[in-house]
Amino acid sequence: MSGSSHIRTPLARVRGHGTAKSGTGHFWHQRLTAVANIPLTIAAVVILIMLLGRNQAAAAQILGSPAVAIIMLLFVASVTTHMRLGMAVIIEDYVHEETAKLALLMANTFFCLGVGLVSAFGILKLSFGL
Amino acid sequence: MAEIRAPVARPLSPHLQIYRPMLTMMMSIVHRITGFGLYFGMLLLAWWFIAAGGPNGYARFESFIGSWFGRLILFGYTWALIHHMLGGVRHLIWDTGHGLGPSEREWLVAANLIGSIVITVILWGIGLLAMGGTS
Repeated sequence: MSGSSHIRTPLARVRGHGTAKSGTGHFWHQRLTAVANIPLTIAAVVILIMLLGRNQAAAAQILGSPAVAIIMLLFVASVTTHMRLGMAVIIEDYVHEETAKLALLMANTFFCLGVGLVSAFGILKLSFGL
Repeated sequence: MAEIRAPVARPLSPHLQIYRPMLTMMMSIVHRITGFGLYFGMLLLAWWFIAAGGPNGYARFESFIGSWFGRLILFGYTWALIHHMLGGVRHLIWDTGHGLGPSEREWLVAANLIGSIVITVILWGIGLLAMGGTS
């Protein structure tokens, strides 16, 4: 270190821009997706109940219809983002060993991306009738 | 430069085990636990979307979700989802600075808990009606 008593890093001082202005990113996206999740979850639950007891062909047709597919895609995108942020907080709270923490944070991102993409693939496949 | 010394074993701040359990605190813990459960439950939704692509896969999915174990998971998932959603609404209200008074916050968490149970039972009632008893 330069021996300076300043709290700001040397790079920040040179740039003269204050903070990186990204400190509230996690908080903001957590709230943004939380708000989005409310109507999307209600819609997803209604759709799910509509599909109860129907056979595969009917379920596929309804799930693949444009309005339902778009709602479900938005639901999956919002929920997987929200759950990645939430699980990251849980990991940071309880896992203090640096390597394990980083590995789990990576696994968290991979899991959420994987679940999101598999879900999106399933919905789009029904929609495009492949 | 000062010598690097081994870290001193400092006393830690008191954690959960030292406090008398309170409803707001328990509900905060439940909010995290339901979120944790919902996280892995999303695998079921992904499976459902993929399974809907063909009759054989859908039959496998239905036989799992129709079993007592599948039903139990789905029931727990329904409650966790509703509880976490209502808890989220509660936190969004708190974010605005409202509802933080002693009686208000107790009322909010109680409404959260009771609401989640009532809504879950209503949703399953509707669901079982929609199934037409053909389970």
